[in-house]
Amino acid sequence: MSTDVAHEEHHHGPPKGIGRWLFSTNHKDIGTMYLTFALTMLFVGGASAMYIRAELFMPGIQFMEPDFYNNMVTNHALIMVFAVVMPAAAGLANWMIPMMIGAPDMALPRLNNLSFWLLPAAAVMLILSTIVPFMPGTGTAVNTGWTLYPPLSIQAGMGMDFVIFTVHILGVSSILASINIVVTILNMRAPGMTLFKMPMFCWAWLFTGLLLIIIAPVLAGGVTMLLFDRHFGTSFFDAAGGGDPVLFQHLFWFFGHPEVYVLLLPSIGVIAMIIPTFSRKPLFGYKSLVGGMAVLFTLGLVAWAHHQYTVGMAAGPTTWFMIITILISIPVGLMLLNFMMTMWRGAMTFETPMLFAVSIVLMFSFAGVTGIMLAVVPADLEYHDSMFVVAHFHYALIPGALLGLFAAAFYWLPKWTGNMYDERLGKIFFWWNVIAFNLTFFPQHFYGLAGMPRRIVDYNPAFADLNMLSSIAAFAYGISHLLFLYIVIKTVKGGVKAGNKPWEGAQVGTTGLEWDLSSPPPFHSYATPPVVK
Amino acid sequence: MNYIKNKIASATGVVSSLLVNNAYANKYNLPEPADPVVQQIFDLHMMTSLIATIIMVIVTLIVVYSLIVHRKDKGYVPDQNFHKSWFGRWAWLLVPIFVLGVDFAIAKSAHHTLDTIFDEHAEADMTVKITGSQWKWSYEYLDSGVKFTSNLNKDLTPEDEFYLRDVDKPLVLPVNTKVRLLHTTTDVLHDWWVPAIAFKVDAIPGYITETRTEILREGTYRGQCAENCGTGHAFMPIVVKAVSKEKFAEWRDQQVAAAAAAAAEASSDKEWTMEEMMAKGEEAFNKTCAACHQVTGEGVPGVFKALKGSAKATGDVKVHIQTVLNGVAGTAMAAWKDQFNDLEIAAIITYERNAWGNNTGDVVQPKDVAAER
Ligand code: HEC
Ligand code: HEM
Ligand SMILES: [Cu+2]
Ligand SMILES: [Cu+2]
Repeated sequence: MSTDVAHEEHHHGPPKGIGRWLFSTNHKDIGTMYLTFALTMLFVGGASAMYIRAELFMPGIQFMEPDFYNNMVTNHALIMVFAVVMPAAAGLANWMIPMMIGAPDMALPRLNNLSFWLLPAAAVMLILSTIVPFMPGTGTAVNTGWTLYPPLSIQAGMGMDFVIFTVHILGVSSILASINIVVTILNMRAPGMTLFKMPMFCWAWLFTGLLLIIIAPVLAGGVTMLLFDRHFGTSFFDAAGGGDPVLFQHLFWFFGHPEVYVLLLPSIGVIAMIIPTFSRKPLFGYKSLVGGMAVLFTLGLVAWAHHQYTVGMAAGPTTWFMIITILISIPVGLMLLNFMMTMWRGAMTFETPMLFAVSIVLMFSFAGVTGIMLAVVPADLEYHDSMFVVAHFHYALIPGALLGLFAAAFYWLPKWTGNMYDERLGKIFFWWNVIAFNLTFFPQHFYGLAGMPRRIVDYNPAFADLNMLSSIAAFAYGISHLLFLYIVIKTVKGGVKAGNKPWEGAQVGTTGLEWDLSSPPPFHSYATPPVVK
Repeated sequence: MNYIKNKIASATGVVSSLLVNNAYANKYNLPEPADPVVQQIFDLHMMTSLIATIIMVIVTLIVVYSLIVHRKDKGYVPDQNFHKSWFGRWAWLLVPIFVLGVDFAIAKSAHHTLDTIFDEHAEADMTVKITGSQWKWSYEYLDSGVKFTSNLNKDLTPEDEFYLRDVDKPLVLPVNTKVRLLHTTTDVLHDWWVPAIAFKVDAIPGYITETRTEILREGTYRGQCAENCGTGHAFMPIVVKAVSKEKFAEWRDQQVAAAAAAAAEASSDKEWTMEEMMAKGEEAFNKTCAACHQVTGEGVPGVFKALKGSAKATGDVKVHIQTVLNGVAGTAMAAWKDQFNDLEIAAIITYERNAWGNNTGDVVQPKDVAAER
């Protein structure tokens, strides 16, 4: 691709020293950086979650000011969504898409470098937003939750300005990364690699990238209007000045609902690779899965106000959003059926990636059915803003996004490092992680129904016993990730050699080219494009 | 066959009574409904929960069967052409049709309740305006003019049954009466949520949103603010006392009479003494102003100004009265002129000018306040 002279010089190996990373234009190095960043931030976001669960361990204020508590809630969500799941998914895309479609690298390598290096800047901004309120005269902490609803977000202190800039930087980063991935998929495929021969992971990222390009600017616009309301005397969202506080909610959720699919789709792509591999039979319904994603993409863009059933919308729009939301169950149901039918009459084995994939099918189905319950307007007028909603979206986001990323890590670590991970430790991690996850979040459905709202620092003793269970399980859940870290480090350092195709069933069904390369792959993946028959 | 049916019926009976009828009802499920619309919502919730459970059972059975049978270590040979079978060819159509059927059933059963909720011509026998503000609820009975503010009961500890679920003055409503509830706010978003008697809608600045309730049984119903409103969000509970129509009328007349007496007292020519005003002022201050300025008058540095030794609380009385009546624009200090009568404001100001070593010796009289309104 590049005619750069320096580039030609070290064609056969990576440059030495810190420069290799700072100035990298190599898709694998950038992928590694994305993944490392995401794993680091998982521990930061996880630490705030542990703090939240410690505070909720029992009734009474344990050690947090209410505003600091809700600041932790805000940070936790922003970090998990923007600094863990999205970068990790982008890291997988960077690593795998060029290898899958037979390209030497990403289409826009320098842009790739920029979109990664914006992330640490955003992370620093976000951390500053928490520190700043401790200085005198800077007002209250960002206590709004990740939805940043005005007027509360207008009342908040200087920390909010840092959050707004964080969102700006993250938005630029994800738009650039998405453009790069979409262009790579559309332009860099090897001869014969038609769209409908692509591995499902590429399709999933194609839809994800397009979605992000549509929605990220809307969020950026929304928070910019917030910034203007805060400092420049506009009143977009201030009723006293003729503005409308609900307008912000529409802008936020026009971004926010499709964002859910941005988090979900890459992991759906991953398990659409894993399940055929370990069932040793082709993906059931390749075309209907692509079609399902297209329908999800479309419906997802017009369902946003189901997060706002309680703002007093008229009957017409409320009914529209309810029907669209319920209809989303169709593509989601189709996806899950395709996975189940891929396993059906297969010859399954249960290595760690497959264990995760199977548990995702079950637990994500559960998020789907509670999603249907929430979609029914009259019932949501009771559920809304309760812990029931928190339980629902953690079942959607943890199996639907995070566990898919873990599955991907186990599935591709042998390819990336050339070493097999420790299967026994992998299985221990799986059971520990998934059991603790369920013990943490399943009870939340019940104390949500019983009347515990979300985003509260202290609560009535009626909710005490299940909260204590949630907290204890959450600590076990949190700690399990140290084992994951250990497994990854151990695999990077060494282990049984993996070979080009570590999984017997790899390459069943779809014609991805990643398994034809050595493990670890050469620095420039496919210097000359292979031909797909 | 009948035997099995009976078994199933009794089993579902046990499960649903666990969920609905006994003490667990409040602990693990939506509370027992005490309003016809909430009853409909509850039934809808139980129905969708049941559908959700059935779907989960089916999905789990399919997956578990597959996990047991279709394994390599059992020597199962993968069926490489399964996706080309008739099912493989038509699943993309069959599954959406099946799911659409379920969706349709759910949407249809929600339809009637939705119509009730959105009924713009619904009649009401009385109307209560509920105003959320950081961090308390104010109620105004639009028919009788009775109004008051309801604050968290701060005396309870985490061991008490109604910790964070008790207030100084509950909302009193008659049973079997259609009540329209209007919601609004003076500052940020709030949400008045008492799950047993009414579904919730947000209180939004510049909007008046509406819910309705028709309480079926006498009793005490509890809830709390559901929409994040900042520092005190966990600390603005709601208590509704539902009483018979007769008792309600009695209570209402008492409130009207008490308000009239208080107004008369406030506008009387009586000269109030320092002791009287300090006692009244301390009570009102600790209830309303101490949330920010603290009982010690020292405030919270950098956030809520101290009144102890403050220039305004020890300087010109008129400026002090103006500040309390009209608030300080653009800060958390609200205008209090609509919440208190002249006597109460005079008492609070007297208290502020003489407590915590502010010893100015001023006794502010109601007429001084009236002059500044
Ligand atoms: C929600 C928090 C809050 C509550 C409740 C509150 N105040 Fe204030 N008050 C403030 C803030 C903030 C200021 C500082 C305004 C400024 O920046 O000038 C203030 C300022 C004042 C001042 C002026 C102090 C000075 O030296 O400038 C007085 C007097 C006062 N409040 C009295 C009251 C009284 C009386 C009440 C109860 C009826 C009350 N406040 C309730 C937040 C509150
Ligand atoms: C079957 C598909 C789904 C349906 C029908 C559905 C429906 C809903 C509805 C109606 C709400 C609003 C509840 C309320 O606030 O009152 C909600 C909240 C939420 N959902 Fe889903 N959902 C689905 C899947 C997902 C997925 C896949 C994710 C994430 C990967 C997700 C993440 C969330 C989040 C984060 C919230 C909370 C938003 C907030 O209030 O802060 N959902 N969902
Ligand atoms: Cu949504
Ligand atoms: Cu609140």
